[in-house]
Order: sequence, then structure tokens, then C-alpha cells
Amino acid sequence: MSTLFAILFYFATLVLVVGLFSRISVYTRTPAPLKIPTTPAPINTSGVVLRMAREVVFFESLFKANLWTWGLGWLFHASLALVLLRHLRYFTEPVWAWVAFIQPFGMYAGITMVLGVAGLWARRLFVERIRYISTPSDHLMLVLFLVIGISGLVMTFVVHGDVVGVKGFMLGLMNFNLQALPASIGLYVHLAMVALLMMIFPISKLLHAPGVFFSPSRNQADNSREKRHIAAWAKQLESEK
Amino acid sequence: MADIAAPAYRVIPIIPALKPGAMEGKGPFVANDKIQDALGFPGQLVEDWHDQAIAKMGELLGKYRSLKVYMDACVHCGACSDKCHYFIGTQDPKNMPVARQDLMRSVYRRYFTLPGKFFPKLVGARDLTREVLDEWHNYFHQCSECRRCSVFCPYGIDTAEVTMAAREILDSVGYGQKYSNEIIGKVHKIGNNLGLPAPALKDTLEGLEEDVKEATGIDVRFPMDVKGAEVLLITPSADFFAEPHIDSLIGYAKVFHATGTSWTLSSMSSEAANFGMFIGNYEQLRTIALRIRQAALELGVKRIVVGECGHAWRVAYSFWNTLSGVGEGADETDKFAMMLQKQLDHRYKQPMHICEFTWDMIGQGALSFDKEANDKHIITFHDSCNVARGSSMGGYPGGQFDIPRNIIKAVANNFYEMNPNTTHERTFCCGGGGGLLTDDLLDLRVKGALPRMEVLQHVADEHGVNFMACICAICKAQFTKIMPIYGFDRRMIGGVHQLVSNAIKLGEK
Repeated sequence: MSTLFAILFYFATLVLVVGLFSRISVYTRTPAPLKIPTTPAPINTSGVVLRMAREVVFFESLFKANLWTWGLGWLFHASLALVLLRHLRYFTEPVWAWVAFIQPFGMYAGITMVLGVAGLWARRLFVERIRYISTPSDHLMLVLFLVIGISGLVMTFVVHGDVVGVKGFMLGLMNFNLQALPASIGLYVHLAMVALLMMIFPISKLLHAPGVFFSPSRNQADNSREKRHIAAWAKQLESEK
Repeated sequence: MADIAAPAYRVIPIIPALKPGAMEGKGPFVANDKIQDALGFPGQLVEDWHDQAIAKMGELLGKYRSLKVYMDACVHCGACSDKCHYFIGTQDPKNMPVARQDLMRSVYRRYFTLPGKFFPKLVGARDLTREVLDEWHNYFHQCSECRRCSVFCPYGIDTAEVTMAAREILDSVGYGQKYSNEIIGKVHKIGNNLGLPAPALKDTLEGLEEDVKEATGIDVRFPMDVKGAEVLLITPSADFFAEPHIDSLIGYAKVFHATGTSWTLSSMSSEAANFGMFIGNYEQLRTIALRIRQAALELGVKRIVVGECGHAWRVAYSFWNTLSGVGEGADETDKFAMMLQKQLDHRYKQPMHICEFTWDMIGQGALSFDKEANDKHIITFHDSCNVARGSSMGGYPGGQFDIPRNIIKAVANNFYEMNPNTTHERTFCCGGGGGLLTDDLLDLRVKGALPRMEVLQHVADEHGVNFMACICAICKAQFTKIMPIYGFDRRMIGGVHQLVSNAIKLGEK
């Protein structure tokens, strides 16, 4: 089982890294031929950085759109961030001080994360408009997060797992020195689902994470009159005449 | 079209229940082969439309990062789902921005993503069938490209970009829209959307000079094709003959007159509108914009000023520098742009909106007004979508909201705002933008105006508002037509420079 999981994680990591890298390189290579920031927009780069920061950290636009979706979405994402940071303890030795410091917050964030996902799913199930636009994969994605979250919470608060063993396995993976993975159904489920998530990341709507940074309506400065903006393929039209 | 009635106002503006299929088969007329040929598009649906459409989609995905990212990034969160005026007015779920995008996204997933190739049902991917293509033609012509959804999307996904891509694909397989493509043909052939030839335009302008002389006793000129003029005015051709547009044109002329600005119109380039944007075709957009460049070069003007027109101002402000070099900041090596940019006077923004021009002049004390002349009007201001969300004024974010309002307050005494959820960047489209201002879509236009009419009714009841000013030719035409259906007087809509025209003092300072 340890070997199986080791192979799974190496494969998942490869898919995640290569997949994301190739997607991002496509986004980088694809030109934005016209200035299309949603105005009012910042007029310079530092303004754009601020706008993007507000968008990524506080979900500014979503806040304007719908307070329920914003509240649940932000709760989920902020909790997820804390939970992920907390998990750094399984990959570092010695554990960095700040990672040790956030351990308790990260543990409770697991609960709020599950609550956020459950709320978002309830919205998807019970609000007519949102149900209409949902595909099976939209539901399954939330189920996936629920399973990961709940299995993690069970190991944290109910049936304590062998965290030392897990850490040994993870450090072993990182050093290409395979260690045994503690035998536990909860852990198997948790890790298998995480690996699945990693693998579908580059081919699913999870691409919203890198995507937001490449969105021309958000990342362009509103300086079209002051600076000529032209894509290579558009410039070619000028030389044809 | 006597059977078209206004939908009832919502008692509380709640999100309406879904009525699937409500707007099925209510799309626009299809362009005939003559109209298509004139733009170099296939005359009718080509034999291998399926393969060509997919190929075109692939091409656009490689040319426009917006389309590529927007196809990938949507998480179906629903933030946009209640934001579209056409959804609110028609209740058809496919008029929710996300559902409209999904008409294309489902095809994108099927042909361009792994999960869609192997598990189409799971991710909502669909083959591009004839039914899907018809659905595109129907619903991508029920979007006015107003960008209201993009304000609320956490990733800034702009349905307008998707609509433009869809229309571009439809045109490329010979399935265009009559209204937009017919108009673009006229611009190429004659120089304006109305097909108004130079002699007719000259007559009209002379007539205007006489009218203004009669009304004010002053010789306000409406010059055409004057070489060496300081300012070239590019204005929507509706300003030359349509009501209430023409009153704003008189306003611009009076402002130029009162400030002693030498200006000219161009007979060859007598159109600010650029429907090339509506159909999402870069070459069309560019070709139309190049007429203005050509006129500016030929007439040797120092400044280019744009009249009251929403999408035209978006094209001018955001795209002209790219398309035709009207602007500043081109590379020294960029011969195409430098040729024009060397000629223009960069002490002024290029291009400049007529509202920026007038407001600057007011700031310099070059204009004076008799505000009481507008006292019969109790005024509100309708932000036009393309100005609000696709452009700016004054060189700072939000100038596009302040400057027209500042002008109104400088020339009139009674001004009230509408509900803030429907103004500034949250403004609702008039219902006729984006190439939908045609009688074959009248039902859609009436329904799409619902959210604006609701809040207008509110300020009319509350403050006695009897005049809604705006700076868009399409808004003016759309409201003139649909406001009577909602029980308003058609003369309630007018331009900002119409108010300027009423109050401006000529011949004295």
C-alpha cells in the first residue's frame, strides 16, 4: 500500500506541475490584442497590483455581487489556505516556528472549511438559478472537498492518526527514500482524494486560481490613450498595407 | 409590433423565477448573402460549418487571451446569474450571463479539453450540432455586450468577449446577423451607418445653421471637410438627423462657437459608431476605425473629439490607439502610429470626449450659462454601459461618471440620482446596445429595458423627474422607442449637450 501511494503521489505531483505549467504558459503566450479592463480601472501597474490583491485576498467583485456566495466562498478559501499551511508540518523538519504557531488555527479551520463547502453546496442544490447552471462535475467537486475535509477532521478530532508515521512517509517521498505509510482507512481515503484533486486541477474549473491573474478585464491598466498597446498578430495587419 | 407590451414592474426588485425557453426562437433576422458578401463573409451557412466553426474557435482561442481564460476559469458560482437586464426582463435562464457563456463553454469543453473529450456528460460538454448553432445565433444576439456581468465576476469574466467570439464564428460560417452586418456594409461603402451621402449631409448641416440662426440670431457654423481645422469631430451619424440626437449636435456646435474653436466634420468619415466591435471582428473593427485616421491625416487636424455615443467612445478611448494610432505613446519605431501621433497636439488627450472638452472649457471659465433655461427639466442621468464599464474620461478612474454629471449640474438646477445599484459601474444597459437596436428584436428590447424603467419610475414618482440625460446615440434611440410602451413621454430622453445647448450663452461672456 505504501508503494502504491508513493507512486500515486509522484504521478499526481507530476500531473499537477506539468499540467499547471503548460496551462500557464498557454495563458502567457496568448496575446490580449485590445485594452479591455472593466472600468473604472487603475491607470498604472501599482494600481493593478492593488486591484488584483483585493480581488484575490478579499474577493472584491464577489462581495459586490452576492453576500451569501461571498461569505461562504471566502470562508471556504481562507480556511483552505490555513489548512494547507498547517499541513506544511508534514513536509518540514524541523517545523518552522510560524507553522507550529498556526497549528491550532489550522485545525479549527478544517471545520470552517467543511462548513463553507457545505454552504456552497446547499446553495447549488437549493437556489433555482444556481442549480440550473450546475453540471455534475460542479457537485462532485464539492463532494471531493467534503470528503477530504471530513476525513481530515475525523483523523484530527476523533480517531487520531499516526502523524509521526505520516510525516515519515511524506519526508521519505521528498527524499526519494520510501518509508511505510501508516495503515488507516481514513488516511487512505484522505490521501487518495487529495491526489485526485491534484490531478484534476489543471484540467478543471480549478483553473480559476491561476486564471484570475491572467484575466485582461482585471489585470490591464487603463492607459489606452497614453500608451499604444498592440499585439504581434495585429501589428502584422499594418505591414500588409 | 402592436402586440408588444411592457412587462410589469417588480414590486420589490427580487430575482425572478426561471422560465426556461421563454426567449427561444426570438433571435434576430439572419443576414442575406448580399449583406454577408459585402463584408467578405460566406453568403449562407457553409457545407462544412461544423469543422469550420471549430477551427475558427481554435483560432480565436489562440488570438484572444480573454476568451481562453474565460472559457477555463468559470466555476459556476452564480455571481453574475441575476445581473443581466435581459435575464431580469425575460426570465429565460439562458439569458443569465453564465448560462449564455456556457452555450459556448460546453462546446469548448467537448473539443478543447480532456474531460470534455472523455466524459462530456460529467462536465456539461456538448457536440456542436445544428441546434446548438441555432441556439448561439439566438442567444448571442440577446446580449448587448454591456459588461455588467464582468463587474461582479470574481475573475472578471466578461460575457461580451464570449458573445463577440460567438458572433465572429457565426459570421465566418455564413450565419450572420442582418442588422449589424448591413450597417457595417454601409459604413464601408458610404462612410456612415445611415448611408447618408456627402451632399445630403451638407444639406443637413446647412439646414441646421439656419435653424440655429433663427432660434438664437447667431451664426453658429457646422463646418464640413475644412482642411487645417483644429478639431475633427467624430460623432454618431444619428446626430445628423434623429431626435433627440440632433439637439446634442447643436450643443457641440454651440460649445465650439462660444469657445472660438475651429472645428470640422468629415464627409468621408462621418460616423463614430463602430459595429465591428459588436460582431467581434478585429479586421472590421480596424477597417472602420481607419477611416477616422485617414480623415485626420487628410484634414491635418490637431485634435480629435468624439460626440455622444457609448460604444463609439469605448472604441475611441480604449481601441483607437491600438487600431489606428489615434492617441499617444507609440514607439519611435512604430511608423504607422507615429505618422499620426506627430501631427496631433499632445497637450490634449487624444481622442477627447465632447464632455471632457466642454467640462475643460467650463473649468477655464470659457463658457457661461443661463441655468434657468433648463428649469422645466427635472433631470436624472443614465450611465451608458460602454462609457461606464469600457472607458473613462478625465484621466482618472471614475471620470466617466463625474464629468457628464458635473456638466449637467453646471447647466441646470434640478438633478436627482437614480438608485445607486443601477448607476455608475452598476448601470443597466438601455436594452438596445450591442447591435440589437433593430425592430426584429423589439420584444427583447422592451423586456431588457425593465430594470432601468423601474428605477426611472421611482425617481419620477419621488422627485418628479421628467428628463433622463445620457451620452449615447443607441440609448437615445432605444429609449425614444420603448419609453412610450412603459407609459413615459418619448421626449423624456435626451443628451447632455442638449441641456448644454438650452442654457449656453452665445455672443456674450
